[in-house]
Formats: sequence, C-alpha cells, structure tokens
Amino acid sequence: MLQYTIRRLLSLVPVMLIVSIIVFMIVHLTPGNPAFLILGEDASAESVAQLEQQLGLDKPIVVQFFDWLKNIVTGDLGQSVYSSEQVKTIIASHIGPTFSVTLLAIFIILLIAIPVALFAVWQRKTLLDPIFISVSLLGVSIPEFWFAMLLVLGFAVTIPIFPVAGYIPFAEGWFEWLYHLILPAFVLAAVEIGLVARMLRDGMLEAVNQDYTRTARAKGIRESVVLMKHVFSNALIPTATVIGVMIAGLLGGAIIIETMFTIPGMGSLLIDSIHRRDYPVIQGVILFIAAIYVLVNLCVDLLYAFLDPRIRYD
Amino acid sequence: MFKSKRNILAASILVLMTVATLTASLWLPTSPAHIDPSERLLSPSGQHWFGTDHFGRDIFALTIVAARISLLVGIVVAFLATLLGTATGLIAGYYKKADAIVMRIIDGMLAFPALLLALALVAALGGNVKNIIIALTFAFWPVMTRIVRSAVLQVKNIQYIEAAKTTGTSDFVILTRYVLPNALSPIIVQGTFIFAKAILAEAALSFLGLGVNPATPTWGSMLQESQIYISIAPWFSIFPGLAIVITVLSLNMLGDGLRDAFDPHAVKQKRVKKVWPLWRARKTQKQWAREKEQKSVAENEYMGKEV
Repeated sequence: MLQYTIRRLLSLVPVMLIVSIIVFMIVHLTPGNPAFLILGEDASAESVAQLEQQLGLDKPIVVQFFDWLKNIVTGDLGQSVYSSEQVKTIIASHIGPTFSVTLLAIFIILLIAIPVALFAVWQRKTLLDPIFISVSLLGVSIPEFWFAMLLVLGFAVTIPIFPVAGYIPFAEGWFEWLYHLILPAFVLAAVEIGLVARMLRDGMLEAVNQDYTRTARAKGIRESVVLMKHVFSNALIPTATVIGVMIAGLLGGAIIIETMFTIPGMGSLLIDSIHRRDYPVIQGVILFIAAIYVLVNLCVDLLYAFLDPRIRYD
Repeated sequence: MFKSKRNILAASILVLMTVATLTASLWLPTSPAHIDPSERLLSPSGQHWFGTDHFGRDIFALTIVAARISLLVGIVVAFLATLLGTATGLIAGYYKKADAIVMRIIDGMLAFPALLLALALVAALGGNVKNIIIALTFAFWPVMTRIVRSAVLQVKNIQYIEAAKTTGTSDFVILTRYVLPNALSPIIVQGTFIFAKAILAEAALSFLGLGVNPATPTWGSMLQESQIYISIAPWFSIFPGLAIVITVLSLNMLGDGLRDAFDPHAVKQKRVKKVWPLWRARKTQKQWAREKEQKSVAENEYMGKEV
C-alpha cells in the first residue's frame, strides 16, 4: 500500500506540470498584448510598460514560465491587477461559500441517489426500470442554470419559500446559512443525482448476477437482505470512482450556480475576474480548482486501492 | 440500431430539428429579427406560440433559429474531438513509448473539469463561434483519447494483429483496418455523448455572457436575457430551456441506445409488465422457468460467439 501511495504521488508531478503549463498559457493565448487588454486600448505607453514589467511580460516566454512556476511552488500566486490584493488572500476569502454549497450538494446527492439506486435494483424487472433510466437520462440532459431558473420561479417567485439569491456565512447562524443554500445546493445536486444513481445501479446489477448472490438467495435469505448486505456493499467499491466524476461536475456546475444565486464563491470570483480581465486571479482560481480536483482523485484512487487490494499490484 | 423505438424517436427529433432550423427562413411566419416595441413580453398565443421577448420578437422564431449555433457547435466539436481523440488514442494504445507521453498530457488536461477548461480558453481567446469550438474540442477530446486507447489495448494482443504484423503489414494499415473497426462502437457512442455535452457547455458559456456575439440568438444567451423577466414573463425562460433539454435528451438517449445495440453482453431482460402494486410484481413459477430457459439459451449463444 505504501509503495502504491508513493507511486501514485509521483505520478502527480507530470500531471501538475501539464496543468501549470495550461494555466500559464491562458494569458499568452490572448490575442494582442495582455497589458493593453487589461488597461484598455488608450492606455499610455508608460503604464503599459510598467504593467508589463510588473507581470514580467517583457521577458522571453520560457523565462516567464519558470519564474511563474517558481512563485507558484513557493505559494505566491501573484497580485490582482484589479484590486492589487494578493491573489492568495482573494482566493482564501472565497473558499467558504463554494465549500459550503458543494458539501451540501454532495450530501443531497448521496441522500437521494443511494435509496433510488437500491429501489431501482429491487424493482429491476418491472416497468419501473425503463422509467428509471429515462429519468436519470433526463437528469444529465437538463442545463443546471435552466433548472435553477425554474426552481427560482417555483419556490422563490410564485411561492416565496426560499430566498432568490444571497449567501449568509455559517458564522452568522447555521439556519440562515442552510436556508440560503438549500436552493442552489439542490440545483447543483439535481444534475448529478441521475448520473450517480445510474452508476450505482449498474454496479449493483453486476453484483446481482454473481455467484455469491445466488448462494445467498439459495440459503433462503430475504431479497431485501440480499440486496443490502451482498449486493450493495459489493457495489460500493466501483462507486468510489463515481465520486471523482461527481466532484468534477460539481466544481464545474458551482461556477454557474454561484453566479446565478450571487454566492460569493470561487465561481463568481472566476466569472467576475474574466469580465475584469484580471488574469492573475483567473490563473490562480483555475489552478486552485484543478489542484483540488487532482487531490480528490488521488484520495479516491487511494481509497479504491485500500478497498480492493488487486489494484495495488496492477 | 433502429430496432428500438427509443432510438428511432431520438434520431427523428434530431433530424426534424436540424431540418427545421436550416429551412427556418422558408416557413417561419414571423422573422426572428422582427422588433415590435408594442408587443413586448406577450404571453403565448395563437399568433406568438411561445410569446414574445423584451424587444417584442417572436420567441418561437428565435428558438428555432438559435438551434443553428447549438447544433453547429455540437456537431463540429463532436467531430473534431472524435478525430483528435481517435488519432491520439490509437497512437497511445499501440505504441508503448508514445503512450507515456500522450497519457501524461491527457491526464493533465483531465485534471480540469471540462467546463472550467472551456471557460478558461474562451476567456483567453475571446468569444466567437470559432473560439468556442476550439475551446470545447480541447475540453472534450481527452476523454475520447482514453476510451480509444483502452479499446486498442484490448485488441492489440489478439492473434490476428500478430498475424498481420508477421506478414509485414504496415502499422498504418494495421491501425486503420484492423484495430480501428474494433474500437468503432465506443467511439460512436462517446461521440454522441460529446455532441450532447458540447451543446450544454455552449449554452452555459452563452449564459455566462462568454458565448458568441450577443446579436446572434443562442439558447444560452436567450436564457440569460430572460433571467430578469422571469417573474413577469416565465415563457421567455421556459421555451429556450425546453429546446436545450429536448435536444440533449435525444442525443443522450441515442448514445445510450447505441451502447445497448453495440453491446453483445446485453441480455434482453424480459420484464413483468405490471407496475402497480410494485411488491405484487412477483413472477409465477411458470414465468421463472421460462425466463431461466431463455436466459441460459442467450448466454450459450453469446458464449458460442465469443469462443
């Protein structure tokens, strides 16, 4: 296990290198001089030169990359062009809301997807099966922003139970925090529920046809116990991979949902920075999200190897 | 492929939609560009089936015309991503040395949630149809590479490939004539899913104001404009969204159906046609026996084919 962990950790090095090259290239893909883009077309030559120097744009591109990489590795993400604050501080102040809404969404997904998948496997030979497949397909086909608009229309405008938008930090009372987060978290979760339930169901259906399940049935164990003890617990292992897929969807979805519900998280920060052409912040946020995603996948892989020893020796 | 009614339905919806949007100028009663301030935000009626927007434009006409961008972006991205992904996947799967390099790059690209990567690229390149296509292709092709690679790895060591090699067949011919056909079904299925994902992503980018230029109507930009009118003109939000859902759902259904159609392992389950009460949907002993017999026949058939 230790050997596997080390091997897996080492494999992160090239991945993070590619990630940082892509993130670095974002500024340099921009047509024209980035300094002009940030300051506007009628900026004076002096201020452009000053900004170029501040951003290091006057050096050769390879030198710029290694300078930038050196700063990143030491934890210096640079300075915002818009507010001249440290990017690190800006990101840190936006983590809380994103973390809250994503965590709540994961909770909602598991709360709904697991029972639904169990039910679907239990009723797999009835007409409910095609209905289940259709509904889960519908789930991945709905754009989350449109679903959010419908929910806002339904539960914030027509029947005003929930607030239309806004975010209250946890520190100012957990109820208000939860109350403002339910709608956005539910939207974020809704898109993933179908996918997760479907993958769980497929994993369990595979276990249903295994010999040990037949043996369990032959012993005369009740169908519900067979499903819970023998099928579900064995289907949990492949489900670990689902978590990785789910997190990717959630991090992507959070960008849109935060903008819609004016939640001051990483997503809103990214979109605002794109509109402000605040490249250091854009780079910082994208790098940060990618790093989180990579770390989550690392944990999933380690968990997977821990649960299923065959993987370690592959 | 067209044995299942679901596939036929999904394919006909897509064909109908493509034909409708391409011939829109020939049959639409009102032009989507027709602005009439006296007809702002009208609710759906006989004259305006989906109502009108904040400029008094007909939402039905706009929704039909907006399909052009979505379908164009979707099909081009699906095609390019498939092409790139297949090429890199074949190379990575077949040549051990290339595998290490290609897959490290792919892993790096997969470290971004697809929408985030597309967003970053559009932010850098600027929003127009060409750049959105570039960004989405870049975001979606790594998945295709992985799928093609694993398909290649599965067939690579089978004897007929070895036989081709010993007779001096060139690698190019082996890859295109012997390996590729075996990877074709996952490629087509994944291509369909990329088509669907690209439409969703384009809509999301337009919705965030990073899409094609605002003068061209797209489903995403219509939804963005409708957002502030949602309480007084909900139809403005509902219809463009429904258009997205129907298109993407058809594509997903088609992809799902194709996967089942291509999958030799899929043993058709005979369903007990009784929905309610659920717990009464047990089978009689006769049904059990019949089903078991069918299943074992199907399994034997499959085994026979495989060996």
